Amino acid sequence: MPQYLLSVHHDEAGTAEMAEMTMEDMQPLFEAVDAFNTRLQEQGSWVFAGGLMPIEQSTCVDATGEGAPVVTDGPFSESKEYLGGFWIIEAADLDAALDWASQGSAACQGKVEVRPLQGE
Amino acid sequence: MSSRGDTTPAALDVERVFRREHGRVVAQLARRLGDLDLAEDAAAEALVVALERWPTDGLPPNPGAWLTTTAQRRAIDRIRRERQRDDKHRAAQMILDDTPHEATGVVEDDRLRLVFTCCHPALAPEARVALTLRLLGGLTVPEIAAAFLVPETTMAQRITRAKAKIKGAHIPYRVPAAADLPARLEAVLAVLYLVFNEGYLATGSGEPLRAELTQEALRLTRVLHELLPEEPEVQGLLALQLLVEARRPARLDDADDAALVPLDRQDRSRWDAALVAEGHALVRGCLARVAAGGAPPGRFQVLAAVQAVHTDAPTFAATDWRQVLALYDQLLALDPSPVARLNRAVALAELDGPQVGLAEVDRLAERLARYPAWHSTRAALLRRLGRDEEARAGDQAALALTANTAERAFLEQRLAHVTDPPD
Repeated sequence: MPQYLLSVHHDEAGTAEMAEMTMEDMQPLFEAVDAFNTRLQEQGSWVFAGGLMPIEQSTCVDATGEGAPVVTDGPFSESKEYLGGFWIIEAADLDAALDWASQGSAACQGKVEVRPLQGE
Repeated sequence: MSSRGDTTPAALDVERVFRREHGRVVAQLARRLGDLDLAEDAAAEALVVALERWPTDGLPPNPGAWLTTTAQRRAIDRIRRERQRDDKHRAAQMILDDTPHEATGVVEDDRLRLVFTCCHPALAPEARVALTLRLLGGLTVPEIAAAFLVPETTMAQRITRAKAKIKGAHIPYRVPAAADLPARLEAVLAVLYLVFNEGYLATGSGEPLRAELTQEALRLTRVLHELLPEEPEVQGLLALQLLVEARRPARLDDADDAALVPLDRQDRSRWDAALVAEGHALVRGCLARVAAGGAPPGRFQVLAAVQAVHTDAPTFAATDWRQVLALYDQLLALDPSPVARLNRAVALAELDGPQVGLAEVDRLAERLARYPAWHSTRAALLRRLGRDEEARAGDQAALALTANTAERAFLEQRLAHVTDPPD
């Protein structure tokens, strides 16, 4: 069955907004995402998922050159938006994947990008 | 010389038949093969065989079935050559598939599936129309590029990218479930309307009116209407197409180099009375639904109502222009497009005179500068005002913008007259 990456992108404004929120504010969000994850698992569509630590904790490694790998602090690209979390799901086709994505987007209150994984 | 010389098709006829059957052949193969590219390539190979054989053997009794069978054999040959394990499995499945060539029921209609795939919301809007015209209408990439006024390479890329996404992202090849259907309709209706319009007045220099496209759009809209009899906009689009298609027999004159006949000069006895009656019944149904407290009419219902007013009038002079104008005002509230404003200006000119109509037309100059009908409409109004020099310049500008042979012949006729013949 085809697999899809559902990714959630954060921007600076969204991050600032989240930093202001208390754990109590966040609680309904966590619960909605938990419920979504449970649905994915129950219906056999769950492959893998994860939320990512803040972008400041990113490190880049470049071993494409001949010398020792170059390690630098920070993200790969200086973009305004970056990956905040993701799911990898299995779905019969794009319509099924889009349906999961809309449930996921409602649960985490963020836009979700759906991208097919390469087949075997 | 073959003894069946008079039934032997020339290459041009073969291509016409192929174009007419293209959507059906590709749609069936796509379902059987599960691969649009393969289906399209196989259909193209079948055309090569048809071009070799039909001119000597004559047209087969059922050209569509012949093309599908030939294309399917070519596809199986190719799959075998490529020897990929998944494809071999598919080939085995396909050989067992003995679905008849003709569509058997509404939901099973392969072309309807193909339309929903081509109009999937995950594809860019401009790609949806292009794919539908390519796969269903059998238009070539250069023709579609001309219709969209973009370079051929851009259009080729757009179509290739959309097909790659259908394959890579597994966009399903099916009519959506009943619950999802209304949400998916809007895109499909928009595309069917564009396909119909391309048949109504073709962009290229081939056949000026492409009945196979208007009829294909009409047929698919009918299938949608059967599926969704309660959807007012489907009903509206069907009525609109019926009432416009009804006029086709009167839209070209009988000259060798057929010219468009404008609405005011059409022989209304040549309009297809059955199509008019069917269209009127649908429009009455829409009006009754609105009168009974239903949702206000959408764009296609309003456009259909305009056509109902025109087809209801025994003569051009007897047209209820006040009603037409009121409907265009209603349309502009829904769809404030410059083309809708141009059509409203035509009604305004009939009611309040050419001077008033022209003032409104002139306000659209910037936005419709590349639209031939803007120039020719303006020229007609200028001619009525006795401004013949400007009228000629307008017709010449229109001529420079259109490749449609019937539209060109009409404009050339008008340019050949120093003044317009009296009404």
